[in-house]
Amino acid sequence: MTRYVMTIDLRRCVGCQTCTAACKGANATPPGIQWRRVLDIESGEFPDVRRTFLPVACMHCGDPPCEHVCPTRATTKRADGLVAIDYDLCIGCANCVMACPYDARSIVHEPRYAYGDSPMASEAKRFDPARIGVSMKCTFCKDRIDHAERTGKVPGVDPEVTPACVNSCISGAMGFGDIDDPESSVNKLLAETQHFRMHEELGTEPGVYYVWDMS
Amino acid sequence: MKPFNPRAVELAAPKQQRNWDWRAAANFICGGSGGGLLLVAAFAGLDAFATRVAVLLGLALIACGLTCVWFEIGRPWRAMNVYRHFATSWMTREAVVALAVFATGALAIFTGSVVLTVVVGACGLAFLYSQARILAANKGIPAWRHPASVPLMVSTGLAEGAGFAISAAALAGAGPGTRLLGLLLVLLAVRVWCWRRFLGGLTRSGAPVAALKVLDAFGPRFQTVGHGLPAVVLVAALIGLPGRSMTALLAGLLVVASGWVMKYTLVRRAAYTQGLAVDHLPVRGRGPSGPAAKPGWKMMPGGS
Repeated sequence: MTRYVMTIDLRRCVGCQTCTAACKGANATPPGIQWRRVLDIESGEFPDVRRTFLPVACMHCGDPPCEHVCPTRATTKRADGLVAIDYDLCIGCANCVMACPYDARSIVHEPRYAYGDSPMASEAKRFDPARIGVSMKCTFCKDRIDHAERTGKVPGVDPEVTPACVNSCISGAMGFGDIDDPESSVNKLLAETQHFRMHEELGTEPGVYYVWDMS
Repeated sequence: MKPFNPRAVELAAPKQQRNWDWRAAANFICGGSGGGLLLVAAFAGLDAFATRVAVLLGLALIACGLTCVWFEIGRPWRAMNVYRHFATSWMTREAVVALAVFATGALAIFTGSVVLTVVVGACGLAFLYSQARILAANKGIPAWRHPASVPLMVSTGLAEGAGFAISAAALAGAGPGTRLLGLLLVLLAVRVWCWRRFLGGLTRSGAPVAALKVLDAFGPRFQTVGHGLPAVVLVAALIGLPGRSMTALLAGLLVVASGWVMKYTLVRRAAYTQGLAVDHLPVRGRGPSGPAAKPGWKMMPGGS
């Protein structure tokens, strides 16, 4: 079996938002919509305060609540662990948006452009009408993963079949690979570190692991 | 929708959901009342004409709710796709039950059959239950996913249904019977118990501070105007004080209105998202790891 997961080493993230920009470039999301975000969390009380950068997106859950509630089967969990949306089936009911505990999904009901009602040339070229009025989210750059299937390249190792955010990370905080492969870099990293998955108590079995210390 | 531009440090905190607006709330408001009314109409002992009117009103309420939600979805012309996932989606199940409601409801109205009226009542209850489960299945909204939200939504739908039945009977001039007045009194007691159980459970298990603030502020008014006042009026009607029809009408309308406001409050105003959290702050340099951070939450011992 294959299950693609992402590792995010919180010790390394510097909050530069390069992954956010790379995602936007790779997926042409409209203004105001970010499939990949880096949150800036301030915690503690003066003088013992902390600032933590937390990259978030779809967690590609093992037991995705969005898939359970979807009335159309537009949202499905693939055999390789990716949670995908078929834009041609989705009715935009937003039930999946409500079911996701990670604020990962959004719906845009009318075209949005960076500068008013008219798209720039680049926006016009990449505008996808199929994404209007339907639910959308991070895909783990599934086109690249599918390309790996055809070419025999390895996601997480070969950049052309690795999610754009992982490729762009300047500090090497983000990793990607098959957790069921004992030789994968994500498996080795998780074996030697302490990590958590967000909101695991909700039973979603998220596919993103946050590393916070050595074992 | 107004643009929502939170500061960077606010992004992790729970936010009021902005995807299901008044149209989605209207589906729960009208559909719940309609489902409850269908069940009450089947067992309230109304005469044949009043039963037909009640069934018709129940169907109209459900149709009104579904129409509202149809106007909300992003791709309304694909709405038939809603029937594709009966295995796990309560929205699909609601849509399937709606077909049964309209089919049996139409037959019950045309034939006047008691059996069909009972069947449509059962379908109304199934519709009401499906709606309650739609809310509860949404793990992203802590106030909805709490298990006590299901009996709350079902109980308010039934109470609203009884309220509608009493109001309709009062307006028809026949005057509601003692059986119906007693039923509403019981349903009021059940609803207030479900409300207190829901709010207490939510507070104990932990929830976004903003959601609890909304619900805590709403609770006393809901209990006083939505339960205490109609209960007094109902008792007055039951013991035979003059103007029984008018007092029953007032009680019925109060129960319906308070239920609708409660559902709007739950679906819109108290619907704060889960938000994002860090279980362990990362170790940086030589420093130790920090405690968990869960912005915008009121945590209770052992709560999640």
